[in-house]
Amino acid sequence: MPDYQWPDANHRSLIGKRVTRVDGPIKVRGRAQYTYDVRPDGMLWGKILRSPYAHCKIVSIDTSAAEKMPGVKAVQILQGPGMEIYWAGDEIVAVAAIDEPTAYDALKAIKVEYQQLPHFVSDAEPPKNIATSNEPLTIDEIGDMEDNQVPDDEVVAALQKRGMTEAPDPKMLDALAKDGVAPEVIAAMKKAPVRKGSGVKSPYKKTAAQTQGKPADAFAAAKTGGVLSEGVYGIPVITHCCLEPHGAMSQFTAPGDLEVHVSTQNLSGIPAQLAGPMDMPAGKIRVLQQYIGGGFGSKFGIDRWGVASAQLAKQANGKAVKIMLERDAELEVAGARPSAYARVSVAASKEGRLTGWQSDGWGTGGPGGGGSPPLPYVFDIPNQRKQYTAIVTNQGPSRAWRAPNHPQAALITMSALEDTAAKLNMDPLEFFRKNIDMTGPRAKVYEEEFTIADQLMGWKQNWRPRGQSEGVVKRGMGLSLHTWGGRGHDSNCDLTISPDGSVEIKMGTQDLGTGTRTCILIVAADTLGIPMDNIDLRIGDTHYPASGGSGGSTTIGGVSSSTRRAAVDARDQLLAKVAPALGTTPEQIEIKDGRVSVKGDSSKSMSWKQACSKLGAVPITVRGVNKSGMKPDLTNSGVGGVQMAEVAVDTETGVVKVTKMVAVQDCGLVVDVKTAETQVYGALIMGISYALYEEKFLDPTTGRMLNPNMEFYRLAGLNDIGELKVHMMTGKGYDERGVIGLAEPPVVSPGAAISNAVANALGVRVPFLPLTPDRVLEALEKGAA
Amino acid sequence: MQPFEYVSASGRNQVGELLAAKWGEAEILAGGTDLVSLMKDEIVTPRRVVNIKGIADLRGVSVDAQKGLRIGALTTLVEVASNEEVAKQFPAIAEAVRDAASPQIRNMATVGGNLCQRPRCWYFRNGMGLLPKDKTGKSLVLLGDNRYHAILGNDGPAYFVSPSTVVPALIAHGAKVRILGGGKLREVELERFYVIPKNENEREHDLRPNELVVEVIVPPAAGIHAANYEVRQKAAFDWPLATCSVALQMDGNQVKSARIVLGHVAPVPWVSSEAAEAITGKELTPDNAMAAANAALANAKSLGKNKYKITVAKAAVKRALLAAGKNESAEIGGSHDAHA
Repeated sequence: MPDYQWPDANHRSLIGKRVTRVDGPIKVRGRAQYTYDVRPDGMLWGKILRSPYAHCKIVSIDTSAAEKMPGVKAVQILQGPGMEIYWAGDEIVAVAAIDEPTAYDALKAIKVEYQQLPHFVSDAEPPKNIATSNEPLTIDEIGDMEDNQVPDDEVVAALQKRGMTEAPDPKMLDALAKDGVAPEVIAAMKKAPVRKGSGVKSPYKKTAAQTQGKPADAFAAAKTGGVLSEGVYGIPVITHCCLEPHGAMSQFTAPGDLEVHVSTQNLSGIPAQLAGPMDMPAGKIRVLQQYIGGGFGSKFGIDRWGVASAQLAKQANGKAVKIMLERDAELEVAGARPSAYARVSVAASKEGRLTGWQSDGWGTGGPGGGGSPPLPYVFDIPNQRKQYTAIVTNQGPSRAWRAPNHPQAALITMSALEDTAAKLNMDPLEFFRKNIDMTGPRAKVYEEEFTIADQLMGWKQNWRPRGQSEGVVKRGMGLSLHTWGGRGHDSNCDLTISPDGSVEIKMGTQDLGTGTRTCILIVAADTLGIPMDNIDLRIGDTHYPASGGSGGSTTIGGVSSSTRRAAVDARDQLLAKVAPALGTTPEQIEIKDGRVSVKGDSSKSMSWKQACSKLGAVPITVRGVNKSGMKPDLTNSGVGGVQMAEVAVDTETGVVKVTKMVAVQDCGLVVDVKTAETQVYGALIMGISYALYEEKFLDPTTGRMLNPNMEFYRLAGLNDIGELKVHMMTGKGYDERGVIGLAEPPVVSPGAAISNAVANALGVRVPFLPLTPDRVLEALEKGAA
Repeated sequence: MQPFEYVSASGRNQVGELLAAKWGEAEILAGGTDLVSLMKDEIVTPRRVVNIKGIADLRGVSVDAQKGLRIGALTTLVEVASNEEVAKQFPAIAEAVRDAASPQIRNMATVGGNLCQRPRCWYFRNGMGLLPKDKTGKSLVLLGDNRYHAILGNDGPAYFVSPSTVVPALIAHGAKVRILGGGKLREVELERFYVIPKNENEREHDLRPNELVVEVIVPPAAGIHAANYEVRQKAAFDWPLATCSVALQMDGNQVKSARIVLGHVAPVPWVSSEAAEAITGKELTPDNAMAAANAALANAKSLGKNKYKITVAKAAVKRALLAAGKNESAEIGGSHDAHA
């Protein structure tokens, strides 16, 4: 049995060390080619006519004038007459022309008649006393629940109770299963009663209340002998705001051979998505991508514009057609995180033990309504009653946003808990620790992490009870904790060792800028005992073996496991060939720094190149496979992290500055400590942005987004970030768990930690993110009243 | 972008001839930092673009202790910001220019363009009009999201805010603008250059469609104590929520006279005689500065979502006054140091 297990700390040359990313130089020099940069000779420019209305019906479309324009090579209607449009900016017609101005002119020449319908874009608190929704579920609604990681048992319960609007198509069920939808959900969909809806249209979809324990008793007890804390908390809809917008460049390299460059997190998944709409076999569709300028969960699908680029290319006799979204479309339609708000009551004993949770939440994810965040977050408070109302709006659809639903859940929960600690006159660190057993299997991890975070932040020395900061600029500190799964996805890795000593790896994965390339090379080089630059790594091409989509922090576990297996097998095959020449058995040989030698006898050794020459004429090619259920399991699931924030709040202007953040994070065996830390830095910066600045503003009258630009859709700049300190948990208790993903967890807590720090500074809670001057000053005014 | 004719003016006198008699038909291209994005978004759709960058005598800075400061309209912001004499004799103006936009924009943007830049109102920039209305004629700003809109001079129909962060500093120093039209030069106090439009066909300034801003003139500032304070969320490259520029004449710690100009609070740069009156003859203490700030905002009114801007603007006035009193530039951009 080959020894696939991760080597222990004494037997690693690169794994777990600090290795600089390999894609740094090419990016810094501006030579990395992104999808945006792909521009073959003769390429046509694709542009899309979008709906000006947030809700309307298409009455008629006349493209004849556009088709006749010189330079216009293809016109494709994407949504035709009779179609109902549910958000402004939705795609109607695509055109391809010889240059951008001609394409724009063609769009203007298209006549579309719309029937305007009333729109609804507000996610304000629903009216009291709306009844629990008993409407049957649509396929879209179920998809939406899955996207937003609504727990399986909740989806199953909803299916059983409410049924579906139509019986699900078996093909679609297969597709859902492939996408990772749980078997029990698929089974429930098959069994769900098909019902007709009441026909009454309401934007509010209220789920049935869920209870655990005896919440009424817990709150009654807290009223007399404990503490009750009540508050309202929430986060508006924000966008993904990828710096490289969504888009694709399609061309036919031969009749029947489609090549598509896509800005995607899901390279290997794209051919199957295109096969249907293009009516061609997935095997004839090659998808390519070397570098991507951000996805954050919004780039899993080929999307209507990606399909359109291929359709236009087909119409234009196979010519290359590129459609990249403009900044306004990127922000308006290509990615949004659902809002989430809740009225929360927390009950605790005088000693500071949590006894009860009650929440009435609401939020919107656009036309699908949006999923409900898992409340209370991480802390399994014994007695609970919770209810959630999804609001259907014409805001544009939501997409998975880095750790779907967790940042919202963390903000609501950790704010409510910090408010409870304040009522108890207790340091929230002490309060969290007092209840840490309620966090479940990772209680010990959180304990250890809090100890380190405390030191890095100087929490114990510097924390003061609420509102004790003097002066106009008030300082405060806050904290939060979070969790995530992060098990590695399915992945295939082809590794070839050639007789000349060269090593090549091929994998149909993608590097989102997180260090995927670097980590594959680290695992392969460490396992083979050769330097990283001895390996030629090729990714970003569906001609290479398939690897999973980069979502849910699944990439590092997947690619490092398949690479490890491939490298172990290839190494063992090589050693079998080399052993006779060294007069020993394969088990007695080790490879270190490119030398192949008999263990304990350095006189019997040869260079890597010499060893590979023993292969004769034929290279070794092996495929390493990672699939769930394989033994030994090189990946794992479930991490914990804690964060602390320190802020300075100007009480005359309401401007909040984050002066310092501390993040302590576990993710099992860390393949590369350096790229892991940078991923956490990135998460903190993204977190500061959504805590202080980001918000999708919708105009109530027109239903249009008011800030589809980077002027009023603000992101943190260099000077807005403050000091960041990151500590990765490593060593005993962590390394032996195997490799676990890191992308989502560190972005969960910043909003909550910063909000808590602001509450600590001001002595009053600013209920909603982002913590903008208007909200800060309003909270101060209310607090003073 | 709509196709347009591109012409370059050979001299300043030719510009007026190349421009049109009506707004919207022709636009002047200088640095292009505002015009090009407006054209790309089809907020303006000129049939002719008149390039003036080749007119050498529109460019340059001169500083003279007796005559004051002259800045040619084509001078870039970085040229003003990096001029040592401007920094020495007009530190508050230098600082306002240095802090505008981003380095890339300051390298291209001109002073004339800064004076004539269009508002950042999100209804305007999204193509809904400068005075946006719904089908029934109601203002979209009043019906909708006005968190960044005017708190002063907001009786309508204009609710946008004047965008320049440099102009308030110039007005505080008593700057004038020279305008060329029909072969004649006219001089207007910069304060009077800005007007509140009453309909979509009017612009935000007193410039006729075929006129050209030639230069800005600032009187000598010897003995003037000047400062700015800008409240913005982000440390750099962010539009402010409110700004205040002040220029004071002092007698010891007593204010002899004051010019107090607020930015980003009204459709025009807002000169507050009320605040000036409140502080004149008074010691420059935090309480008196706050009283002046209260006077400046006494007539302010919320449109629904921008009440906080009244508080923010008061902080800007108070801090600018106190910074000027100490004869030092205030830290701007929401920095806390100025008051901490």
